[in-house]
Amino acid sequence: MIPELGHFALILALGLALIQASVPLAGSYSGNRNWMNMARPLAWGQFIFAGIAFALLLQAFLTDDFSVVYVASNSNTLMPTLYKVSAVWGAHEGSLLLWATFLAAWGAAVATLSRNLPLQVVARVLAVMGMVGIGFLLFMLLTSNPFDRIFPMPLEGRDLNPLLQDFGLAVHPPLLYMGYVGFSVAFAFAIAALLGGKLDASWARWSRPWTTTAWIFLTLGIALGSWWAYYELGWGGWWFWDPVENASFMPWLAGTALMHSLAVTEKRGAFKSWTVLLAITAFSLSLLGTFLVRSGVLTSVHAFATDPARGAFILLFLCLVIGGSLALYAWRAPAVSGGGRFDLLSRESLLLSNNLLLTLLTAFILLGTLAPLIYEAMGWGKISVGFPWFNTMFVAVTPFLALLMGIGPWTRWKQDDVGRLGRALWVPFVVAGLAFLLTVVFMPLLGDGWFLVPIGIGLAVWLLASHVLVVRDRLRHKTSPGAFFSDLAGNGRSFYGMVLAHLGVAMFIVGATMVSNFGQEKDVRMSPGDAQEVAGYRFVFQGVRNERGPNYIAARGHFQVFEGDRQIAELWPEKRNYFASQKPMTEASIDWGFTRDLYVSLGEPLDGGDWALRLYYKPYVRWIWLGAVLMALGGLLAITDRRYRLARKAATLPAGATAIRS
Amino acid sequence: MGQSLKFLIPLGLFGVLVALLFFGLTTDPSKVPSPLIGKPAPEFSLPALGDPARTVSHTDLLGKVTLLNVWASWCHSCRAEHTQLMRLARELKEVQILGLNWKDTEADAQQMLRTSGNPYRVSAFDPENQAGINWGVYGAPETFLVDGEGRICFKKIGPVEPGTWETEMAPTIDLTTKKCKESRT
Repeated sequence: MIPELGHFALILALGLALIQASVPLAGSYSGNRNWMNMARPLAWGQFIFAGIAFALLLQAFLTDDFSVVYVASNSNTLMPTLYKVSAVWGAHEGSLLLWATFLAAWGAAVATLSRNLPLQVVARVLAVMGMVGIGFLLFMLLTSNPFDRIFPMPLEGRDLNPLLQDFGLAVHPPLLYMGYVGFSVAFAFAIAALLGGKLDASWARWSRPWTTTAWIFLTLGIALGSWWAYYELGWGGWWFWDPVENASFMPWLAGTALMHSLAVTEKRGAFKSWTVLLAITAFSLSLLGTFLVRSGVLTSVHAFATDPARGAFILLFLCLVIGGSLALYAWRAPAVSGGGRFDLLSRESLLLSNNLLLTLLTAFILLGTLAPLIYEAMGWGKISVGFPWFNTMFVAVTPFLALLMGIGPWTRWKQDDVGRLGRALWVPFVVAGLAFLLTVVFMPLLGDGWFLVPIGIGLAVWLLASHVLVVRDRLRHKTSPGAFFSDLAGNGRSFYGMVLAHLGVAMFIVGATMVSNFGQEKDVRMSPGDAQEVAGYRFVFQGVRNERGPNYIAARGHFQVFEGDRQIAELWPEKRNYFASQKPMTEASIDWGFTRDLYVSLGEPLDGGDWALRLYYKPYVRWIWLGAVLMALGGLLAITDRRYRLARKAATLPAGATAIRS
Repeated sequence: MGQSLKFLIPLGLFGVLVALLFFGLTTDPSKVPSPLIGKPAPEFSLPALGDPARTVSHTDLLGKVTLLNVWASWCHSCRAEHTQLMRLARELKEVQILGLNWKDTEADAQQMLRTSGNPYRVSAFDPENQAGINWGVYGAPETFLVDGEGRICFKKIGPVEPGTWETEMAPTIDLTTKKCKESRT
């Protein structure tokens, strides 16, 4: 009975979404305030019923209700409780339910936090979000119902894919989906603005915190996914340019461009139609990612079970949402474009360059991801675009991005002059140049790395120096020692958020450069008692023992790692065999450090008690994820800026006034 | 007019994208039959990976049932299918597995074999896609099943998964006569 209630809750959520998408929108045109006022409670209602459906599916997993097909296919009585929870979104149907629930949650958040917005805008924004909600709820109910039953009921479930039985998976998809879905808010604001024909600074100011919040989630989600791949897949890699990784990276790039473009639109009124286009693009790329993962059009390690009916549905949905919004854009944008004028050298033009580079990078990745499809459609045969192609493209574009990033914060709006910028920036430039030369001298490398490492380190130092000085410059007239903190408490948060996020990029560059060029990898055959040296660390293999876990048996290796004579770590890599699926899984063991990771992964058992083993030395690899965390913290600081709080405070007054009237 | 036409560009690009996705949806990339099926395997002659003095050629295919696996160290799915190839190499005594190391570098390729084990009796080294073109290799991984007379019985595009041999490949070959079964062309 309980799964049927879940099914019923989904149907109710769909019904509410249908009303939410139509009545408030109609009200916004006819000026009917009652109709427009329905938007908020409807958004909450949709969230409550989607939440109920989600809770009931969770309950089915926790009680091992194998009469539900989805539970029987993805769970097992032996599975630890944590993974029973994460298994809810471990496969197609459940992850879709998570999507729909988050979408409704964002809708409810907009409904709650939009007291300062004109009612007409709220009605339109929530109506657009309702339309997106309809798509996902219908998709689920028509092709992918997570509450479908099976008879006779199996006695035991099939278990969750062992790759996914991990803490990283418990957290990675929710963060990623929050990011994907979060862009629907910026999208809805953009569509509402196009509908109303009013694209002004206040529109950009409303969109900014929502966009940044979604971007924070997406940043953390991608970083967590990369970290998960690093320790779980056992190959020591942190990014594979897999279609699904690309599907999350493209909206991130578009979202990053959108954040910067929104700043220009808010402060200077320029780039209006471009900003709207980016808002549409960021969300469209999120939807495209969903299509690529679930339609089976591209093969990927992440691909969910494929089903042509699902693919056809999503493609139709994409056409309606993206095609519809782009048609609206083509119709309405000419009327709203234009705006602030600026010189060739100005903050506007630097942000425009940043936007163009980010868009270029997105286009490259989209092209590479779809290349197999393009080739086939053109009859040129089939290709698979490998890792090297993406790396080349990425490394070709990002240095320019980093270079501009160091100049951007120094430039003035509207117009600036070369002399002033030169006086401001010669110090960071010289410091970065020194770092470049020192790297050439002290980190000699042959091969491709010989110029990439100095460039990477030089750019990271450039960013660091430029941003430290820009902070000093901001505080130069404030002599009291507490100036920094009072600035931080006052209007400075979005500025410091920007600095922090840019320093996160610098940190990422150091991590990626170092690990790509100085990482060491040794593939060896070892007998118990053998020792191997990697990058000055001695790994002593103590043999392998069999151990039993809750739903698997494992061969568990034991290593001692010595630096000189001192033992610095013990590592326990595992190779697990899960009972239900009989799939072997490697669990790498990692001794992590701020400047290096030591990583051991168990390969195949060989004759005579020997094992094939992989030993890795990964310098600065943590900086990649720490950099992403800094970026996210920067975003967090920016959305707590006083301007947004003031806007909210100012809004409480009229809301209170209406309360008295009624 | 020209000014407002440019706002149609995104819609136009999206139209192209939709056409592409529709195409992708209606064709299953892994089910396009190879024109080579039922035909004699194309001739080739390449140095062996790790031993340039030794030559691997189509004559290595004769007299034995062969799985010719196209692989590369940079290819994600190849690493994924590697454990399956290791298993088949252990379990299928009557089948030899040959590798065609494709568009790869020798150092990376050998590194991967040292890391994950070597399921191949020998790998032909084809960095320039010489044999690959004649075999109609689209991308890695691909696996050809060749009978004792050097005829191609089956071609798998994409990674070999658990069950691929049992359900897709084995039905196309008679292991006792070492000949392709005629029912599948």
